[in-house]
Amino acid sequence: MRSNFDRQLRQLHQALTEMGAMCEQAIAASVSALLDGDKAGAETAMERERDIDRQEREVEGLCMKLLLQQQPVAGDLRAISSALKMISDMERIGDQAADIAEITRHTGSRALPGHLHIREMARAAVKMVAGSVASFVESDLQMAKEVMIYDDVVDQLFDEVKEELTALIRSDSSSAGEALDWLMIAKYLERIGDHAVNIAEWVTYAITGSKSG
Amino acid sequence: MAEKTILKAENLNFYYGASQALKNITIRIPANQVTAFVGPSGCGKSTFLRAINRMGDLVPGTHVTGSLTFRGQEIYDPRLDVTALRRRIGMVFQKPTPFPMSIYDNVAYGPRTHGKHSRARLDELVEQSLRAAAIWDEVKDRLRKSAMGLSGGQQQRLCIARALAVKPEVLLMDEATSALDPISTARIEELTLSLREQYTIVMVTHNMQQAARISDKTAFFLMGELVEMGDTEGLFSMPRDKRTEDYITGRFG
Amino acid sequence: MGRRRSLTLRRRLYHAGASALVWLSALLCCALLLFLVCYICIRGFPGISWAFLTGTESILQGTAGILPGIVNTLYVMVLSLAIALPLGVGAAIYLTEYARNRRLVHLVEFATEILAGIPSIIYALAGMILFCTVLRLQKTLLAGSLTLAIMTLPTIIRATQESLKTVPRSYREGALGLGSGQWRMIRTVVLPSAVDGITAGCILAAGRVVGESAVLMYTAGLSMVMQDFSTIEGLMKASGSTLTVALYVYAKERADFAAAFAVAAVLLALAVLLNFAAGAASKKLQKK
Repeated sequence: MRSNFDRQLRQLHQALTEMGAMCEQAIAASVSALLDGDKAGAETAMERERDIDRQEREVEGLCMKLLLQQQPVAGDLRAISSALKMISDMERIGDQAADIAEITRHTGSRALPGHLHIREMARAAVKMVAGSVASFVESDLQMAKEVMIYDDVVDQLFDEVKEELTALIRSDSSSAGEALDWLMIAKYLERIGDHAVNIAEWVTYAITGSKSG
Repeated sequence: MAEKTILKAENLNFYYGASQALKNITIRIPANQVTAFVGPSGCGKSTFLRAINRMGDLVPGTHVTGSLTFRGQEIYDPRLDVTALRRRIGMVFQKPTPFPMSIYDNVAYGPRTHGKHSRARLDELVEQSLRAAAIWDEVKDRLRKSAMGLSGGQQQRLCIARALAVKPEVLLMDEATSALDPISTARIEELTLSLREQYTIVMVTHNMQQAARISDKTAFFLMGELVEMGDTEGLFSMPRDKRTEDYITGRFG
Repeated sequence: MGRRRSLTLRRRLYHAGASALVWLSALLCCALLLFLVCYICIRGFPGISWAFLTGTESILQGTAGILPGIVNTLYVMVLSLAIALPLGVGAAIYLTEYARNRRLVHLVEFATEILAGIPSIIYALAGMILFCTVLRLQKTLLAGSLTLAIMTLPTIIRATQESLKTVPRSYREGALGLGSGQWRMIRTVVLPSAVDGITAGCILAAGRVVGESAVLMYTAGLSMVMQDFSTIEGLMKASGSTLTVALYVYAKERADFAAAFAVAAVLLALAVLLNFAAGAASKKLQKK
């Protein structure tokens, strides 16, 4: 009956899906730059970050218009308000991915110390972002829950990396500069995990009316 | 603060001749709150509202089974004094229709019906009621003039004053703002919120946003049945029944 | 181009023709009315004088007068309305406001419609048999008034019903919603709104009564003598002709056409007066 509104809601869903895909691409590209020294990856990540910012503005505008014009209630209202919240988290993911890419630019070809758990963290972050975006696209509560649980893994990995880096600095004080770069990268990856959790929480809210499901 | 139920229906069925307009309605309406009845046309919300003060009796061939009580007293008890019931449960209708009399006589009609004839007492009641309906300032200098000269919004507030003049406990509002412009509607919504402290208000409305704005509880009716009832905020953000969700989001109705 | 012009010309002629026909009909009606009125007035006015209007007939004194006629007309009008009005308005109120059984209401309304259409000569005969013979009232103005009361009942019932139906349902709902009882609601809200319509119906009924001749000829007699109205017995036994019957007597029985036309002119004036009154009452109704 409200075919115009339904069309606009589908448009919103599509825009969010695209934004999610951009986030996935951004994080994948920056992780590839990090782990494999892929210079092009770093450029891609920075580009994606700009795309994500643009998309955020567009989706925000669409949401405000819908709130004004359609006076949504119930499920529609939850969908639109959670969309407004999700785009901020997605935008931050984009920023974090670009920051990682920025660092890899000047760490250059310096090899990643093999024993660091950063490799696992990076892969975990990519998995979480993919998971949260998929839970939105598929409206899958179970997937969202899994993302929220998985964050514990990432947090634990971060604690391990911190210890490893502390040990590294103690053993070789000349590597302090490098170690700090690695710490920053680990921190960004941990933040990306948190934002992915937020996205999963908002997906849960849109479906069930509460963030914890 | 515990809610006190002032009106209660249990398995109430209402028939217009052979056709059943209300099916097994079980509902509790709390005192000193605004309860909104919403639903598509023909869902029975107006029928139920009118059953409360027995205005349904005006249509020949209606009959009722089940229980409908006001403060524990059975409304459809054949021994009940209907005029006394209607003094305690007042009604404001959709189309503002003051009587073709002066403003004063309109408001005094109810009290006079119930035996108040003292001039001083009537003057006091008329002023109180017009003030309560937020229209005193506009009409205080023209009480003896015909009520037909007022604007639509003013006439409706006059009808509210008229209903309040008999000091009811419950006020039933049957789409009271649907014939009015947005400003008059807003005024009456403000009025409804302020009346809540002293009266129990039950309103039928087609306007979702109005129900969301001013009611404490909302009940959704569909095809003669009560589908869902709950706190307005909860019902509008997370309805339990899919039919409710479809209706309030405008997907049908 | 030529074809278009001839079409427009044809259409214009058609419209002109139709307008002309309509105009002609209206003109004819007016002309008829004018002719009637003028003829009656011209032949009637010479006969009218103060003495004529206030005097009675007397062969001994050689006077002519229609005072008895006027008085009898008033008697009949007042009495028949005094009976028919309360009965008619009451019945209409019951039918519109109280009756629950739809079939009964339809039956009564049907009966009323039929009664309204029965030719007055039948009322005349029925009245004569019922009131004059069976009830032993003899040929009196009383019998005539009773018969006329029955005759005008349908008119009053119908006019009152229509008038009550125009009162908006919302007035009734509003009053009942405030806890008013049914009779109080009718008395204070419905009747005051309907009173103009009822008045108009009443005046229409009065017009019918004044103009009725057949009924009175059969039930009230043809006497032109002034009756004794000073006692109850006198009121009950009074018998005589009203203006319309007097007209018949002058014209048919006595061939006194001068007097007949004079009476006709008076009746015309009365009819016009009553119509104005009815019009004024309905205008007041419209204004509300």
